[in-house]
Amino acid sequence: MQRYSVFSLARNALTHHRDWQPAWRSPPLKDAYDVVIVGAGGHGLAAAYYLAKNHGITDVAVLEKGWLGGGNVARNTVTIRSNYMRDESIPFYVKTVALFDGLTKDLNYNLMYSKRSMIDVVQTYPKLREIKRRMLHMDLYGSTYEPITVSELRQRIPALTGGGTDSRLPIIAGMVHTDAAVCRHDAVAWGYARGADAYGVEMHQNTAVKSLLRGSDGRIAGVETNRGTVKARKVALAVSGHTTSLTETLGLRLPLKTFNLTAFVSEPVKPLIDVVVNCPDIGVYLSQSDRGELVIGGAPDPGQSFRRDIKQNVFEDAVAAMLELFPAFKRLKLMRQWGGSLEIAHDATPIVSRTAVPGLYITAGWWGGFKAIPAGGFTLAHLVAKDEAHPLTEPFSLERFRHLDFVLESGTTTAR
Amino acid sequence: MLKITCPFCGPRNESEFVHGGPEKPRRPEDPAALSDTDWIDHLTVPDNPMGPVREKWWHLRGCGQWVTITRDTVSHDILDEDGHDRR
Repeated sequence: MQRYSVFSLARNALTHHRDWQPAWRSPPLKDAYDVVIVGAGGHGLAAAYYLAKNHGITDVAVLEKGWLGGGNVARNTVTIRSNYMRDESIPFYVKTVALFDGLTKDLNYNLMYSKRSMIDVVQTYPKLREIKRRMLHMDLYGSTYEPITVSELRQRIPALTGGGTDSRLPIIAGMVHTDAAVCRHDAVAWGYARGADAYGVEMHQNTAVKSLLRGSDGRIAGVETNRGTVKARKVALAVSGHTTSLTETLGLRLPLKTFNLTAFVSEPVKPLIDVVVNCPDIGVYLSQSDRGELVIGGAPDPGQSFRRDIKQNVFEDAVAAMLELFPAFKRLKLMRQWGGSLEIAHDATPIVSRTAVPGLYITAGWWGGFKAIPAGGFTLAHLVAKDEAHPLTEPFSLERFRHLDFVLESGTTTAR
Repeated sequence: MLKITCPFCGPRNESEFVHGGPEKPRRPEDPAALSDTDWIDHLTVPDNPMGPVREKWWHLRGCGQWVTITRDTVSHDILDEDGHDRR
């Protein structure tokens, strides 16, 4: 792997940038691998990277239907945070924030990682109680959450002029989560892909997995793709939204439903907001990107959906909610809008688990899975390599449904 | 936006309705006779097809009627009882 540094930049400038190597190879597809990972998104690529780096398993192929990093890793709102509620969840998200902190150096790839606080704008007392309870839980695990007064809140977010004492839902409190960050989402996928490639992992784009294959011994045998059969000893699915479509080819049903979550960006404006603003009571959250665009996310479309466009009424609801608190944004033009199909499990907590088919692993039910990419890949790699769950994702196993031992998480979506 | 047909009010905008989740399968006659796996499946595993789902909507900002429709999860078309596409 060609390392990136200020010296390599200078050296390549002298040769007119003609000697840069591609970030990853495009080798021919073999007909058998040790491990096949379906889905070259954040979780799939991170798992491939950690499989090679931490476990020395390099005979790995990552198969991708479209292009690398073109799924939900390109369709999120890039918020990284660890303000969760449950004992089962918080250590996992603390780990993911810690991995993100050192990731640019680890991958030798500039993720444009930018640490900024997330501020919750609280407008109802039930939410305030819930969020203060979360603060006490988070204290136990070294995650940060601190209350601030309304005047301090308005000082830190000058654009927040709505929600006054005469409005329907006046702002009553604020909470600051200083561990939050944003980063460039494409760079996460590309960085992991480049890192995995350096260890010999193969990435195959335009390779759609049609079905899973089971051997006569009941174990997973491989996958059927549009480019032929690929045999594998182990298969891991990291295909947000479409996990059930694939497992059902083996008759395996999972407690997952697929939904469409919406986001959109405004035209670029001068620096206006330097934190991630979350308004859980009205169901909207936003941050400003380095380019000056406001990145805005809302609540999901309530019915099951496999679409990647967005519904007008869901979009309008999010905009109307945002204008309650930020009336000045009325004059902003919205530039792009997109949706992603993602899954939610029966108890709204992700699933990183073995399945009833030996050798088949899934990482699914990620709702806000962008922040979970490093720890999700790290723990999935552990699971695939050792065939046992990493301690951090032990509570995220499919077994929990069998014992009705649900992890009921209130911090899953920001807008709730 | 969906246009959902309410039996009393006729075709109305989705924004008048509240989503009530997928239609639950019938409760087994004798749950004690089921295996644990089948019972857990009944409790927690919904249908998640790329195609038609049966789902409930509540006409909250209208007459209050609960409506069950068949909707395609990819095209969002609402299908009639006999499976015909009704745009």
